Amino acid sequence: MAVIAEPITKPVSRFHFMLDRREVLENILIAPAIIYVLLLVGLPLLLAVYYSVSAYTIYNPTWQFVGLANFEQIIENPSFLQTLGNTFVFTFGSQLLGLVLGKFGAFLLLRPFPGRKVVRALIILPFAVPVALATIAWQWMFDSLYSVINWTLIAAGILAREDAPNWLGNPYLAMLCVIIINAWRFFPFAIVIFLAGITAIPQDVLDAATVDGAGFWRRNYQIILPMILPIVTIGLIFGIVFTFTDLSIVFLLTMGGPVGATSVLGFAGFQTGIVSGDVSHGAAISLFMLPVLLVVVIVMLRFIRRREI
Amino acid sequence: MPRALIRSLRETAFFFGVAFFVILAAFPFYWMVITAFKQNSDLYDVSNVPFWFNEPPTLEHLVYLFKETLFARWLLNSLIIGLCVTGITLVTAVPAGYSLARMTSRKGEALGIAIFLTYLVPPTLLFLPLSRIIADLGLQNSMWSLVLVYPTFTIPFCSWLLMGFFKALPPEIEEAAIVDGCSLFGAFIKMAIPLSLPAILTVVIFTFTLTLQEFVYALTFVSSSSQKPITLGVSTDLIRGDVFFWGEIMAGALIAALPVAIAYNLFLDRFISGITGGAVK
Repeated sequence: MAVIAEPITKPVSRFHFMLDRREVLENILIAPAIIYVLLLVGLPLLLAVYYSVSAYTIYNPTWQFVGLANFEQIIENPSFLQTLGNTFVFTFGSQLLGLVLGKFGAFLLLRPFPGRKVVRALIILPFAVPVALATIAWQWMFDSLYSVINWTLIAAGILAREDAPNWLGNPYLAMLCVIIINAWRFFPFAIVIFLAGITAIPQDVLDAATVDGAGFWRRNYQIILPMILPIVTIGLIFGIVFTFTDLSIVFLLTMGGPVGATSVLGFAGFQTGIVSGDVSHGAAISLFMLPVLLVVVIVMLRFIRRREI
Repeated sequence: MPRALIRSLRETAFFFGVAFFVILAAFPFYWMVITAFKQNSDLYDVSNVPFWFNEPPTLEHLVYLFKETLFARWLLNSLIIGLCVTGITLVTAVPAGYSLARMTSRKGEALGIAIFLTYLVPPTLLFLPLSRIIADLGLQNSMWSLVLVYPTFTIPFCSWLLMGFFKALPPEIEEAAIVDGCSLFGAFIKMAIPLSLPAILTVVIFTFTLTLQEFVYALTFVSSSSQKPITLGVSTDLIRGDVFFWGEIMAGALIAALPVAIAYNLFLDRFISGITGGAVK
């Protein structure tokens, strides 16, 4: 049978044909990012889990499987339990303080006043500046001899020179300092999150509530708060994750001291795994962060799902 | 009359509140500035009022920083790291963000969330295995290890950020280009990318600031002074034994912090809309 009319096609390369199919192109475009993340986040994560159940050290890099022995040894160590407790105190203390400051700050910045832009720019500073640099500035302010805070307290007559506290030398004060710095770093973020949430509430909702007789507190807690809850939750998740796993503030300010009073999980994992070279125990210490991260991820996924319904 | 009194009391309380927040946020930076330009004899004299200059300000700390320390080298290192990481991030995150935004199936959404969640995997969990990988690649104690590792957090962050921007871009524009004879890929290159240049600029700024802010990986992977990025160099290398050179340290911190602070302030709103990823509709 003779072919009557053969459609004349331009010789298109197979490559071009593939690129013109939407799903194929989408997969190709996203592939580099996925591969990068899989190789340098996914793979290391699995490796970290494996380290924690092995006897790996930098002096003896074996892959010998030891089960949960590392975890058992860590839990029996009282200084680790202190570290775990410190991490929770540090995280929740600084997040709570940051949220309270953030709510008040947002409340103030909501009102237009002359110079609001400048004030906002100044208030954002703690969140913008690299945390390591901010921490050394605070370290200088908490200096045992030349602390400007102590100087002010003494000059104001609140303290006598002999009573001036050694901020980083006292276990409780050192923890307080670490919490203050972290709260100080996160409160601008909290302000911005609260502001973004509140300004996204349609004015007519608030007007309707006012017409229906809702007072200031009722508007605040029964309308504004529920409506900004999703965005505040996302902000809080960021705060918790980055605080719970942080190492820089403690590393620069106190080195976990005095006597382990400010040691947190990230710092302990660093000291054991990197400084001492005991990789398997270091990985096991770091893995104690995982349950908290998982809870956070689940909360986040639930929020995202609820949004879609 | 009492009404006016209450009103003025409220105004006063309001401005005291604002002043409290401004002092709380900005005082450490004021302290950096004043320490950086004070003479040592002024700095270490407890009988002086510390809040202003009791002796004329000086540039000696700045001069020392550039002449006697590796400060200029650290600046250069940070610049090189920032540029390379930005390049890697743009090449991977721009297509990824576009792809995530245009995927119509549920797979796209799941992938987007998965990529975003990797942003939450902390450095303190990954630094041990990564230091092994870096040693295997022969990059230990070199700033190129940071060029390799930093995209692990900039790519997820920027893909997510760009996904939001591309979603806001009407697909009809690309469809029109395709009707006019453009290929699918051509529509992405010739239409979507030029239209999202502001978003791409945001990504560049944030990639740069994220690399400048990073501390944990730098601390773990780089130990020789000449390879350090600026944040690490200033915070760990200006301390000789137990002696802190506060004037130099604060001057260095100030120079490193200034560009980041300015960039953040300019791009803050985009940053927030990026990380909250449409939590408010």
